[in-house]
Amino acid sequence: MRHISLILAAGLVVGLFTGVAQARDDDTIRLGVDVPYEPFMFRTPDGELTGFEIELGNAVCDYLEADCTWVEQDWDGIIPGLLARKYDAIMSSMAITEERAQQVLFSEPYYTTPSAWITANDREIDIEDRDSLEGMAVGVQRATLQDNYVSELYGDIVEIRRYTSADDVVTDLRAGRLDLTFMDYPVAESTIAIDTAGSDFKRISGFIKEPQHIFGQGVGVAFRQRDRELAERFNEALAALKENGTYDALMEKYFNYDIKL
Amino acid sequence: MDQLNQWLAGLLEGNVIFTPQTLGYYWTGLVTTSQLVFLSLIIGLVLAVPLAIGRSSRHRWVSLPIYVYTYVFRGTPLLIQLYIIYYGVVFVEGIQDSMFWPILKEAFYPALIAFTLNTAAYTTEIFRGAIKATPRGEIEAARAYGMSQSLTMRRIVLPSAFRRALPAYGNEVIFMLHASAIASVVTLMDLTGAARFVYARFYAPFEAFIFVAAIYLCLTFAILYLFRYLEKRLLAHLKPLGGN
Repeated sequence: MRHISLILAAGLVVGLFTGVAQARDDDTIRLGVDVPYEPFMFRTPDGELTGFEIELGNAVCDYLEADCTWVEQDWDGIIPGLLARKYDAIMSSMAITEERAQQVLFSEPYYTTPSAWITANDREIDIEDRDSLEGMAVGVQRATLQDNYVSELYGDIVEIRRYTSADDVVTDLRAGRLDLTFMDYPVAESTIAIDTAGSDFKRISGFIKEPQHIFGQGVGVAFRQRDRELAERFNEALAALKENGTYDALMEKYFNYDIKL
Repeated sequence: MDQLNQWLAGLLEGNVIFTPQTLGYYWTGLVTTSQLVFLSLIIGLVLAVPLAIGRSSRHRWVSLPIYVYTYVFRGTPLLIQLYIIYYGVVFVEGIQDSMFWPILKEAFYPALIAFTLNTAAYTTEIFRGAIKATPRGEIEAARAYGMSQSLTMRRIVLPSAFRRALPAYGNEVIFMLHASAIASVVTLMDLTGAARFVYARFYAPFEAFIFVAAIYLCLTFAILYLFRYLEKRLLAHLKPLGGN
């Protein structure tokens, strides 16, 4: 009996030490993530963690020849968790903002969701011809980046109608109360199936991700301020993956629009 | 005008949120809110008088439909009514090709229709109560003078009913002003819409909403004062003698 408990205790101590040793090991990078946020990170029916950011993160680790583990953490505690060393980086669709940048160190941005101009199929509108838009009713969701974009760049020429939800915009677009809408592209995909054969609406612009002061800098990996070296390695890896086609292949697998930055 | 602008610019110097531009939004909002509330109250009042008379009619086929109308509009939230009239109407077959579409297409008129129907329902019930409360003796006296029913209504019942309804109607006017805050859900840039815009723009909820609350307070104060004045003049005969 005494022997068994001794062995158990010894095992426990050894386990503890290996645990500490692993955490200190430079080649293991623990990535914090808030699951799910499809298609960026989610679990397959058999429980496997996957998604665009998960695969991108794994590709970064492969490139760095490091072992990566994913640590799940709820969003509201995700920065405190990083600072408390529960993981070494956050790769969880975190938009780069000044407020966050005061607490964490961001990598170069690695994606942003685009917006697009959309109108009814039977309308012919040339979005490049600014003067022809005079007096048109443009629907946007209130207080979104899209609202800011249209207000700032087209506020003097079109009539901006601000809605509480994207569904309301779609209803009025269908009703013919609106000539145009400027929408977050993933939202347009889920509400009006834009760019598919059956859609009543069409996209009349490219994927718009600029100017930066409106759309923000995009999404970046967050590190502790002092881990400048790790951030540099990530930047290098991300740049290489964007270069060698790995990024594009992943993007094509999960999206049919351009999110690359 | 230039001077005014300069004076404003000087006053607002260094203020990030309250620029001449955002004050412009609030001003447009004030105009929209005033138009919406004022028009709906006027039209609602005009509708409510005959409806109230009909509602107190002894004939069921007159009073019942009016009762159903007031019951429905008082029994459902104004927000729902606005949603139905603005968004719901779109799904009526052929509405886009009808003569009503140019009106319904704008956000202003559906909101005006919803507000008018709502306030008319409440005002009808307020007036009906006042008509019903007419002392029996006054009507009997009118009869004794040989007045016809319509003359009795015009000369005896309605004037005193309006007086009795005044305090309750003043409340309805204030309620209507506050209820109009929902107009921004159908994209109207009313006072609340302006505040939401400023809030979204500068992430400054306190400044944006407290400023607009102050404007609503001023409007409410003006309405209160108006009704106080009206009550003082029209209800003078109900005051105790010798008082002020």
